Amino acid sequence: MASNAAVPFWRAAGMTYITYSNLCANLVRQCLKEPHRSEALNREKVHFSISKWAEGKPKKPSRFLCSFL
Amino acid sequence: MLRQAPRFLLSRASAAAMRWSHPFSTDLPAEAAGDSKFIDAWKKSIPNMDPPKTPSAYMATRPPTPSTIPSKLTVNLVLPYDSVLSAKEVDMVIVPATTGQMGVLPGHVATIAELKPGILSVHEGNDTTKYFLSGGFAFVHANSVADIIAIEATPVDHIDPNLVQKGLAEFQQKLSSASTDIEKAEAQIGVDVHSALNAALTG
Repeated sequence: MASNAAVPFWRAAGMTYITYSNLCANLVRQCLKEPHRSEALNREKVHFSISKWAEGKPKKPSRFLCSFL
Repeated sequence: MLRQAPRFLLSRASAAAMRWSHPFSTDLPAEAAGDSKFIDAWKKSIPNMDPPKTPSAYMATRPPTPSTIPSKLTVNLVLPYDSVLSAKEVDMVIVPATTGQMGVLPGHVATIAELKPGILSVHEGNDTTKYFLSGGFAFVHANSVADIIAIEATPVDHIDPNLVQKGLAEFQQKLSSASTDIEKAEAQIGVDVHSALNAALTG
């Protein structure tokens, strides 16, 4: 059976739907007028810290990062 | 054996109550038939034990499709962080589906539509409220309830035209200089979204 529908260009390029829709949403957020733009970008910030592990223990604690994407 | 008695009586009562809990659904024959066949077969082979509850006993039945078309459409517009419209009664909504602008009136056939970045307009009497959606899905149910889920929905006057123009130019430039598939896809997405924003501002 042939595939049912033409695959969207982003899926053909290897992107998943979630990545695609988050990208669209981010682009929209970046085009907003000032108070709304910073509120929206702040709302979507994710704070996380990463530690690399070696020999069953985390190496020195983590850099604290914050990103939106 | 006697220790199990209260559990038996309880489960017997609740199983009976379960079966009586949805007597008025117009879909009743189809769903009860599935369950009652199982229950009958169980009773024949294991008459002394209560039939176990099936998943459909735990589910709320699908709301019946009203026999006359309702006069208003109930719309829910939800975002991951907010519910913009919640059970709002309106006359019509026009959703930006990937297959084009789709108007939804009360009594619309049940539909699932993927949305592209574009404008959602909600028509109530003489008022129209427009939201720019970044994408998502629209579910229209047979009982004239429309659920629209999007990641971002902003009123059109929150959009900054200068940023849109800059973004459009930037992504068009990226599109022409893109080399890998992913870069091309991202640039194309940028062009699509900014063009939609542009059209929303001017249209």
